[in-house]
Amino acid sequence: MPLDNAPDSKRKFNVVGTRPLRPDGIDKVTGRAKFGADASAPGQLVGRILRSPHAHAVIRKIDTSKAEKLAGVKAVITRDDFPDHTDGDAALYDTMYNIMAREKALYEGHAVAAVAATTASIARQALKLIKVDYEILPHVTDVDEAMKPNAPLLHKKMFTDGVDPKPKKPSNVARRFEFGHGDVEEGFKKADIIVERSFKTEATHQGYIEPHAALASMSPDGSADLWCCTQGHYMVRDVCARILGIDISRLRVTQSEIGGGFGGKTTVFIEPVALALSRKANRPVKVVMTRDEVFKATGPTSSTSMDIKIGVTKDGLITAADGTFRYQGGPFAGCSPAEFGAMSAFAQFHLDNVRAIGYDVVCNRPKTISYRAPGAPMANFAVESVIEELAHKLGMAPIDFRIKNAAREGTKSSYGPVYGPIGLGPTLEAAKNHPHFKAPLGPNQGRGMAAGFWFNFGGQSCVSLNIPTDGTITVSVGSPDIGGSRASMCMMVAEELGIGYEHVRAIIADTSSLGHNDVTDGSRTTFATGMACILAARDAIKKLCQRAAATWGIPEDAVTWEKGFAKPAGANAGNFAPLSLKEIAAASPGTGGPIAGHHEFSADGAGVSFATHICDVEIDPETGASKIVRYTVIQDAGKAVHPSYVEGQFQGGAVQGIGWALNEEYIYGKDGRLQNAGFLDYRIPVCSDLPMIDTQILEIPNPGHPYGVRGVGETSIVPPLAAIANAVAAATGVRFTQLPLSPPRVLKGIEDAKAKGKKAA
Amino acid sequence: MRYERPTTLKAAAQMLAKEKGKAFILAGGTDLLVRLRTGFIDPDLIIDIKDTSGARAIQKTATGFKIGAAVSGAELGENAALKKAWPGVVEAANLIGSKQVQGRCTMTGNLCNASPAADSVPALVAAAAKAVVVGPKGKRTVPVEEIPVGPGRTSLKKGEIIESLILPKRPPKSGDAYLRFIPRTEMDIAVVGVGVSLTLDGKGVVTKARVALGAVAPTVVLVPAAAKAIIGTKLDKAALDALAAACSAACNPIDDKRGTRDFRIKVAGVLARRAAMIARKRAGGK
Repeated sequence: MPLDNAPDSKRKFNVVGTRPLRPDGIDKVTGRAKFGADASAPGQLVGRILRSPHAHAVIRKIDTSKAEKLAGVKAVITRDDFPDHTDGDAALYDTMYNIMAREKALYEGHAVAAVAATTASIARQALKLIKVDYEILPHVTDVDEAMKPNAPLLHKKMFTDGVDPKPKKPSNVARRFEFGHGDVEEGFKKADIIVERSFKTEATHQGYIEPHAALASMSPDGSADLWCCTQGHYMVRDVCARILGIDISRLRVTQSEIGGGFGGKTTVFIEPVALALSRKANRPVKVVMTRDEVFKATGPTSSTSMDIKIGVTKDGLITAADGTFRYQGGPFAGCSPAEFGAMSAFAQFHLDNVRAIGYDVVCNRPKTISYRAPGAPMANFAVESVIEELAHKLGMAPIDFRIKNAAREGTKSSYGPVYGPIGLGPTLEAAKNHPHFKAPLGPNQGRGMAAGFWFNFGGQSCVSLNIPTDGTITVSVGSPDIGGSRASMCMMVAEELGIGYEHVRAIIADTSSLGHNDVTDGSRTTFATGMACILAARDAIKKLCQRAAATWGIPEDAVTWEKGFAKPAGANAGNFAPLSLKEIAAASPGTGGPIAGHHEFSADGAGVSFATHICDVEIDPETGASKIVRYTVIQDAGKAVHPSYVEGQFQGGAVQGIGWALNEEYIYGKDGRLQNAGFLDYRIPVCSDLPMIDTQILEIPNPGHPYGVRGVGETSIVPPLAAIANAVAAATGVRFTQLPLSPPRVLKGIEDAKAKGKKAA
Repeated sequence: MRYERPTTLKAAAQMLAKEKGKAFILAGGTDLLVRLRTGFIDPDLIIDIKDTSGARAIQKTATGFKIGAAVSGAELGENAALKKAWPGVVEAANLIGSKQVQGRCTMTGNLCNASPAADSVPALVAAAAKAVVVGPKGKRTVPVEEIPVGPGRTSLKKGEIIESLILPKRPPKSGDAYLRFIPRTEMDIAVVGVGVSLTLDGKGVVTKARVALGAVAPTVVLVPAAAKAIIGTKLDKAALDALAAACSAACNPIDDKRGTRDFRIKVAGVLARRAAMIARKRAGGK
């Protein structure tokens, strides 16, 4: 059977595109679903972690003797319990350094020791008995400050990569990136209007509701089990096994239901600590983070500082675009998404001359980790703010300016590749024609828009599909379901087999049950693991046809599969009544045993994704308070497998972007300590802050997927920052270049502009 | 940690007076339990006062309303007579926390927590509410503004417990209002809070007024100058400007994670104007 992956544009879908009930819904709304902290094991201990109160300090000595003597304490661990097995792998070494500090504590909240005790209160007391001798060092938390020549240095051996010749003096700049083509200096010479602005954004946290939780059980024979909430249990297995110095096959990781990840659960924090405690105590150990720990010690995204310069001709054609993107990634190299920021910044334009320079910078802040379209929202905020300003200077409608310069099929993207069929133009046209675009605005209201891009990713997936004797289907996948993938997997399998959705159940298998599966990230799962499900179903169909052929005594290639039945391929294949999936399954014990389908691969061909957002905001001119009054997301999904989930992804990204734009921020004191490590003062929007987010799904098929699917999870967080900033500019007449647009900042901007206007008058 | 649930406030006060370790009163528990769970406090004794007589009652008396120390925010919101007489106090109390928290949180707890940002306190101060304090040596009645003395600190002596809050009887043509500024729409803490209570005469002239500000100083502050600015006026533009200026002048805020000093000073005036206009409308003014 040919495995032709190109989408068949004439294909009529039966299941794909419908909106069946989600398989995890009832368990989640009734509280039956098991999340990370719901795992338990006989004799389990409570694990707690001691964290550095200092932003930057040498750890001279750790005295654990008193804690060890406390009744009920079964294990105390420090850096000494993590001998270096990383074998020169710098990224793995940094991961190990992050989960338990070594020579230095590099940020407030950095783990320095951990205990396992019979009760939580004993564990808490034990932490107080651990004496850490710190030598406090000067710290730096701001990205611009960190890049100054006299900044406190985090690593004596950090010499900026990507600069020729390599600097001889160490700095906090881990790496420089450069992307682009053409000649920007020449391009600016051709420009009639040039706008140049600098921007800053604050660090934000992924803000998942479920704190990290892990239950570890390590046996004296070296085999171990780990239950945890993660976006990638195979990653957890591999990283933990390597940090602990055990064979990968000895560790089995089972993923729980996940209460949100958004990129933040694509690394390890407490998992190796729980395992090391269990190894030392010889008992199962459960570690559950508090919210304070989540904010201080798990990955926020970068705070940034950016410069953008764009030139246009009088008739609105961009002649050159240049940007510098400085992202701090916490204390380790290679953690900030500066590279993705620089790559994605100008990706929505057709440009002859473009340059984007990124700097990956270290600071005394928690190690950053992916946050939904990592690096792109901030860069988009800066670029799309300048685009809006240019349109006004040109006297051109911003939408027409964007359409005129939009990337299209055949455009050489700002980061290198040439685009195939893409959906940017259609999303812009749809925005222009959307009722929202023409709706009247009330007093103190303004409308803004922005277009955004995300790469999307494929990667490794391994799927196993089994057919019990009643002809129903079990699908085992290794991609944690963070956005409804179990439903879409079942739908694609049902589509291939020609049966109903209700006959298929998908589960997330543990790491010993399947081959490697990459982390659920990069909007890859519905695309890549979904494709593996389609191909596993086709593999099973091949075997079902073989059984029918053997039953009928005709050649295998004389049997076809149609709507859930094996049929003779044509009149000359013989005259046999079709055999249903159910009949073939029922007969399977006597026709060769169980029937299964498999597929394992590394998927290429993830289609890029574009979205255009429209936002209306109302500003109270006396307080600077903002209210989002209307919001519309228009995005290309390639093919929406389950449209409700796709809409949910569009809405979720928009809401996180609204929080980022308006109120969310990491606030540091002069002492380098985080001031707002809780949901009270780290202000994620609540329901009543938001309007219903309107959505429009466009389907421009991705040639790299049999149904045309593109990832949809990340693009939706890219345009909101700029769309909201542009709306606030329209409502107030003030262009803000720093996020968040919190009321004190907006009010000050309005007052300053008023004072300036008075002066000018 | 010991837990006691006495049936009289006198017994509760004696337990509190006798305790050598760290003792805490539990009414709604919406502050206490959070602190307990985060390890911020480590009590030796918790005294639950919900079973003491009158703790859960709202009584309408000849001189006004008496609100027991354990009456929840939700119960205040469901009391039609109280809401009619003191809509500003009730709306302030109903802003505390979330819907779930409203089922438990109390105004007395909000007062004793002594946060300068407490929502119900500026409204209580503007209302000239009094606290009935029970201690080992008997009862005393204190204006509510004298209870908090600094962030987290009160004037209550060892063994003293607030039994109830008393809201005075309203003259005709009176109204009150509370407004706070928060960056979100709910589940937040006031960056600035303003309580205004006023009485009008037949011509719509303000005859009596009290104005109190929250979150702009170490304690909630009563601003006599702000009241003076509107007494004898019909709340015309000049009076409202004077009110706003007096409120801004009374602010002594800090820059912190919730807002800047300048922002608080400016917004205190803005909210005072708006609250005064709402209070006037409630008093039957046009």
